[in-house]
Amino acid sequence: MPDRAGWASLAVAAGALAVTASIAALLLWLGGYDPARAAAAMWSGAFGSRDAIVSVTLVRSVPFILTGLAVALAFRAGVWNIGAEGQLYAGAIAAAWVGLAGGTLPAWILVPAVLAGAGLAGALWALVPALMKLRLGVGEVITTILMNFVGINLAAYLVHGPLQESRGVFPQTDAIVEAARLPALIPGTRLHVGFALAVVLAALLAGVFRWTRLGFQVRAVGASERAAWVTGRINARAVVLASFLASGALAGLAGGVEVAGLTYALYEGLSPGWGYTAIAVALLAALNPVAVVGTAVLFGALEAGAGAMQREAGIPAVWVIAVEALVILAVLATDQMRRRYVASRRAGPTPDVDGGPTPQARPAHV
Amino acid sequence: MSETELVLFLEASVRLGVPLALAAMGETITERSGVINIGLEGSIISGALGGALGALAFGSAGFGVLAGAVAGFVVAAVFAGFCVGLRTDQIITGTAITLGGLGLTGAVYQARFGATGTALSLPTLAPVPIPGLGDIPWIGSALFGQAPTAYFAYALAPVLWYFLFRTAWGLELRAVGEEPHAAQAAGVRVRWVRFWATVFGGALAGVAGAHLALAHAGTFAENMSAGRGFIAIAVVVLGRWNPLFVLLAALLFGAASAFQFLLQALGLDLPYQLFLAFPYLLTLAALAGWVGRSRAPAALALPWPKDR
Repeated sequence: MPDRAGWASLAVAAGALAVTASIAALLLWLGGYDPARAAAAMWSGAFGSRDAIVSVTLVRSVPFILTGLAVALAFRAGVWNIGAEGQLYAGAIAAAWVGLAGGTLPAWILVPAVLAGAGLAGALWALVPALMKLRLGVGEVITTILMNFVGINLAAYLVHGPLQESRGVFPQTDAIVEAARLPALIPGTRLHVGFALAVVLAALLAGVFRWTRLGFQVRAVGASERAAWVTGRINARAVVLASFLASGALAGLAGGVEVAGLTYALYEGLSPGWGYTAIAVALLAALNPVAVVGTAVLFGALEAGAGAMQREAGIPAVWVIAVEALVILAVLATDQMRRRYVASRRAGPTPDVDGGPTPQARPAHV
Repeated sequence: MSETELVLFLEASVRLGVPLALAAMGETITERSGVINIGLEGSIISGALGGALGALAFGSAGFGVLAGAVAGFVVAAVFAGFCVGLRTDQIITGTAITLGGLGLTGAVYQARFGATGTALSLPTLAPVPIPGLGDIPWIGSALFGQAPTAYFAYALAPVLWYFLFRTAWGLELRAVGEEPHAAQAAGVRVRWVRFWATVFGGALAGVAGAHLALAHAGTFAENMSAGRGFIAIAVVVLGRWNPLFVLLAALLFGAASAFQFLLQALGLDLPYQLFLAFPYLLTLAALAGWVGRSRAPAALALPWPKDR
C-alpha cells in the first residue's frame, strides 16, 4: 500500500492524465479529427491483442524505463540532467561497436561486455557536463542539452562513415554478431530480457533510495545541497558526481539494450527523442523508481498507439510528442495545486518533505 | 580560396547569426528579470511555422514575420503562465514547452502539407542592400546586404542596452532579477515584470524563427530550429547578459554555423555530420572557458514569491 505521500502522488498523476486527455481531445477536435476514433485506434494499437501488448507496448517501454530511471535519479539528486538523449546515443554507439567487434567470443562474455560498454559510454557522456559543473561552475542544463546534439550527430557520422554497413547504402551499421544479442524473454515475441533487466534495476534503485546510506545522501543533497554540506558528513560534490554518472550510465544502458535487444544495429535517428520523453516518464512517477516502470509502460503504449492512430485515423504520429509535453505541464500544474491545497490546510510555511516531482532547491548558476 | 567565397561565407555567417542574435537578445531581457526560458526553442520553431503560414496566408513576407512574432509570443505566454503564474519549475516547464512546440508544429505542418516534407513556395524575405554601406569591400555585403530582420537586430541591440542600463524601467527589470524582495518592497510588480519580459523574449524568438523560414531556408521543415534556442541561451551567458555583447557573440556563432561553407570552399572534404556538431562543440568549449568570469542575475530560475 502506498503511504500518504504515495497516495498524493497517485492523485496528482491521475489528475494530470485526466487533464492531458481532455486537452488532447480538445486539440484533436479543433484540428478537425475525431477524438473518439483516435482513442479507439490508440487502444487497439497498444492493448488490442496479446501481440500488441507484449511485442509492441512492453518492447517500447524498455528504453522509457531505463531513461526514466536515469532522469529520476538525477532529479532526486538535484542534478538537471536533460542529456539522457545524448547519453542514450553514446550507449548505443558503444553497444554497436562492441557487438560488431565481438568476433567469436561466447555470449556469456559478449552480452555483459556490450551492456557494460553501453553503461560506461553513457557515464562518459555525462562526465563532460558533470566536470563542467563541478570544476568550472557551468550549469548542467544547457551543457547536457548541447551534448545531446553532439551525440546525435556523432551517431549519424558513424553510420554514414566508419561504421556504415558493408554495402555502403543505408545509414546504419551491419548487424551485431549473434552472441552479442539479448535473448528473448518470452520466446516467439519481440520482448527481450532487456525488459527484465530494466525492471530489476528499477527495484534495485528503489531499494538504494529507501534503505541505504547512499540513497539517503542522494535525497539529502537533492533537497538542499548546502544543508547536506553543512552537516559535515555528506560530501555533496561526490554525491552529485556519482548521481550524474550513474544517471548517464542508465541512459547509456537504454541505448545499448535497444541495440542488443531489438534493432541489432545502430541507425541514424535510432531514438526519436526518448531522452526527453523520459522527463515526462519520471515526473509522472513522482521520481519514484518503481512507479517509473508503470509510467514507462504507459508511454510505451502511447508510442505503440501513435502508429495505429496514424494508420487508422490519419493523425500524424508526431502528435504524441505534443501529448508528452502536455503530460509534463499537467503534472506540474496539478502538483502545484496539491501544494497549495496542503499549504491552505496547515498554518505557516510548509516544509517540502513529501517528495513532489519537482525539487524546489536550485543552485544560482543555471 | 577566392574573394567571392570569403564574401559568401561572411554573408552566411550574418544570415545564420541574426536568428541567434534576435533570440538571445530577447532571452537577455527575460533572464535579466530572473526567468530562464528553456522553452525558447519552442518559440523559435513556432515562429518559423507561424512565419511560413502567415507569409502564405497574406502573400507577404512582412506579415509572415509579424505572424512569427505572434506565434513566439503565444508560446512564451504559456511558459510564463506556468512559471510566473503557477510558479512551476522553470527548467522542466521550459523543456516541456520545447517538446510541445516541436510536436505541435510538426503535427500542424503534416496535417496541412502532408508527411512527405515538400518544400513550400513561400514569399521570401529578400535581401535589401543598404546603398553606400553595402559597397564596403569584404564586409559590406555581409553586414548590409541582408534581409530587413538583420537591420532590426542591429538596431535593437543599442536600444535594449539603453533600456536596460539607462532607464527607470530597465532598472526595475534588473532589480526584479537580482532582488525580487527589494524590488517588491520598492513597489515593483515582480510577476507582472517577469511575465512581460518573458513574452517579449518569446516574440523576438518568433521573429528569429520567421527569419529562419523566410530569409534563410525559404521553406519550413520539421525541427528546423535545430537547437538554436539552446545555443541562444548559451550566447546570453557568453554575452554577459548585455545586449551589445550578445549581438557580437551571436554573429560569432553564426560564423561557426557557416563554417562548413568556408571549409568546403577551401576544398576540405570533412563529413557533413561533423560540421553539424561543430556549433554545439564550440558552444560547450566557449562555456567552459568563459562562464567563470560572468555572473548570472541572482534570482535567475527561482520561483516568486518564495514561500508556499
